[in-house]
Amino acid sequence: MTRPAHRRPGQSRKAQTSLFIAYVIAVTGAVAGLLLAILSVLDPVGFAQLRVASHEVTAPVARVSRSVIGSISGVDDAVSAYVKAGSQNRRLRKQLNDTRRQLVATSALQEENRQLKALLKLQQTDRAALANGYLLTSTSTSSKRIALLSIGRNLGVQAGQPVRGADGLIGRVLSSGPSVSQVLLLTDVDNIVPVRRARDGLPALSSGRGNGDLDIRTLNIANNPFKPGDILVTSGTGGLYPPNIPVAIIVRRQDDGALARPLADPGKVDAVSVLRPYTPDNIEARPAISTAPAAPVPARPAPQ
Amino acid sequence: MNRKGPRLGEPASLWRMRLVPIASVMVASALPLMLPLIANSPVLPPLGLLLFLCWQLLRTEMWPVWIGLPLGLWDDLFSGAPIGTAVALWTFASLAIHYVEQRIYWRGFYHDWAIGAGLVAAIQALAALITHPQADAVRVLSLVVPQIVLSALLVPLFLRLTGMFDNFRLKRR
Repeated sequence: MTRPAHRRPGQSRKAQTSLFIAYVIAVTGAVAGLLLAILSVLDPVGFAQLRVASHEVTAPVARVSRSVIGSISGVDDAVSAYVKAGSQNRRLRKQLNDTRRQLVATSALQEENRQLKALLKLQQTDRAALANGYLLTSTSTSSKRIALLSIGRNLGVQAGQPVRGADGLIGRVLSSGPSVSQVLLLTDVDNIVPVRRARDGLPALSSGRGNGDLDIRTLNIANNPFKPGDILVTSGTGGLYPPNIPVAIIVRRQDDGALARPLADPGKVDAVSVLRPYTPDNIEARPAISTAPAAPVPARPAPQ
Repeated sequence: MNRKGPRLGEPASLWRMRLVPIASVMVASALPLMLPLIANSPVLPPLGLLLFLCWQLLRTEMWPVWIGLPLGLWDDLFSGAPIGTAVALWTFASLAIHYVEQRIYWRGFYHDWAIGAGLVAAIQALAALITHPQADAVRVLSLVVPQIVLSALLVPLFLRLTGMFDNFRLKRR
């Protein structure tokens, strides 16, 4: 039993006034906080520096704990994987057989592709990786999916730059501090990425669901052309994300599009690279880069 | 005069009495961003909020009613929600606790559990709605439901934890 409080200040005028003032401060402060929240939803950039400054404080601890523990990832994933193990095993085995067959076909195509590219002298410029870092930690108590990147302005990271891992797109830089920066992950509800189907270039929009999955919507609603297993890549429409970065794989169809799973899981990815934002300037500048003698063609491993 | 040893009936250090509750809430708020955990969904319960509510349920008179303003601002810096969300919601929560305190004269354990769980659920749901004003409300709420259930189950544990901190806070020298 909690002891009842002596809330009534009695006859003392001073105590009554101070209690009243505390309530006035609380109510006006709370209303001001609500207005501040609405303001920072409308203008997220304005308060980003305040937040990034506080993340600079926790980043050293996160660096140490990451190096000691390693990265804990996908607690929810592990649980659901355990539940679905049986059916998943069967499905994966079937998929493996299919994939093996496709791999043989693909390796032949890849070799042909390499030869044709060499013929055309097309350079595979690694399109403008600015800097590489790793994801330190992320918000895990709110519905916002923001991760902390281990590099900041010290390596040229600026707000608005796309971030990718080896497997695919991770997100984009929200704001950068002196030594850390914030990345809005692909799976955040507010992160909308223009994509296209890798097979035929069908344009679509991907938006996060906030729980690790993505919603894919086509631009024409008349029919639902997606099939499970379709790969989506960035289309480069509207700038920011460079084209042809792998984004997601379709898991199942829905009434208004499809449910997809990101190809790069930020919890499992080790290193990420920050790219230059894809802008019309960059598009125009690219021919100049390809004529330059620098940037040798990366040697591709010979397909078996 | 023997000033070395503890004196009979001497109260605990004033600094410790004041700092322990505030420091515990602040550390709990910042803790999720110190763990090497990259979450795909809100998996951790709001630790700072749970401690904040439990302190107020245990010692309602300890803090002035506006304490949610600074502590909420601190939590906003780390939670990822737009700045000002916790400032408002935490303060409304303390007002609610102060109000309930006057209505239910002798509160028991189950009262505390119910009040704590209800406030956590309301705050997390409202914070999610404020964070994503354009998104579908049902989907946003379904995002935080697992977290709310987990937090509601953890309230008794946090009440005990607060009790332990309180014992340390008031321990005689």
